Amino acid sequence: MALDPSFIGRSYPPTEPYEVGREKIREFAIAIGDANPAYTDPEAAKALGHRDVIAPPTFPFVITYRAAGQVVEDPELGLDYSRVVHGDQKFTYSRPVQAGDRLTVAVTIDNIKSLAGNDVLTVRGEVVDETGEHVVTSVMTLVARAADEAGE
Amino acid sequence: MAINYDEVEIGTELPAQSFPVTRATLVQYAGASGDFNPIHWNEKFALEVGLPDVIAHGMFTMAEAIRVVTDWVGDPAAVVDYGVRFTRPVPVPNDGVGAVVEVSAKVVKKLDDRKVQVDLLATTGGQKVLGRSQAVVRLG
Repeated sequence: MALDPSFIGRSYPPTEPYEVGREKIREFAIAIGDANPAYTDPEAAKALGHRDVIAPPTFPFVITYRAAGQVVEDPELGLDYSRVVHGDQKFTYSRPVQAGDRLTVAVTIDNIKSLAGNDVLTVRGEVVDETGEHVVTSVMTLVARAADEAGE
Repeated sequence: MAINYDEVEIGTELPAQSFPVTRATLVQYAGASGDFNPIHWNEKFALEVGLPDVIAHGMFTMAEAIRVVTDWVGDPAAVVDYGVRFTRPVPVPNDGVGAVVEVSAKVVKKLDDRKVQVDLLATTGGQKVLGRSQAVVRLG
C-alpha cells in the first residue's frame, strides 16, 4: 500500500542529546580504515584550527540514522522496513562534528512520492549542537520496494 | 599541504585510491556505526532477500569514497557538502579476499568563496556503485 502523502512536512520532536566522544570517533575512523590524524590526535586537530578531534564526514549518519527511527517506526505512517533500501544520502555541513559536542536531531519528512510502484521517502535530519547552532543537515531517501516485488 | 584554490583547474584529478573490504570489515563497520542490518553480515539472510551475497553498507562505501577528497585536502573540515546515490550494491564474498572499491575523483566546477565541486567515481569489479556522487570542498 502506498504511503500517505499527507505525511509530507510531518516533523518529530528533537532527539535526546548525543554526546560525541573521542573514543567513538576513533572507533569509527578505524572501522573505515581512515588514518587521518584529525580524527584521533587532538593536537593534530588543533593544528588545523579545531577545538578537539573531529569526526569523518559520514559520521553524522550514526546519529541521524538513529533519529530517523522515529519515522521508520511511526505506526501512523506504516512503513514496512523489511522492504526498505537506502536510496540517496546527502550531508550539508556548517562545521565538522567534534568530540565534546552534544548533538540533537530534528527529523522532518520532506517528501513522499511513488516511483514505479515503489515508495520514495525523503527524511531530513537537522543536527544542532548544545547552543542550538547548526552543525550538519542530513537528507536521505528511503526506497520501499513494492510489496509484489518482494522476494524477487 | 593545503590545496590552493588558484592552483586547481577544472579537470584536476585527485589521487585515486583502492579500498579493500572483507566480511571482517563489515562486522567492524556494523559495530562502529550501529547499523546491524543482517544483509551486511548474514549470508543466509542476504540470499533469502534476493541479494547475490552479503553486501557492504552503502554508508561504508560512501565513507571510503570521500577519503579520496579528505586525503587530498588534508583537513576533512574542508568538505562542506557531500552526497551520493546508492545505485548498485557491493557484494563481499566470504573468500578471505572480499571486494575492492576503486575511487577516482576530479574537479568539475570552480565555485565562489574558494570552493570547488568534485565528482567522484566509485566502482567494484568495473561496475559503478555510486551515482551522483559529488562533494563541495573549500580550498585554501
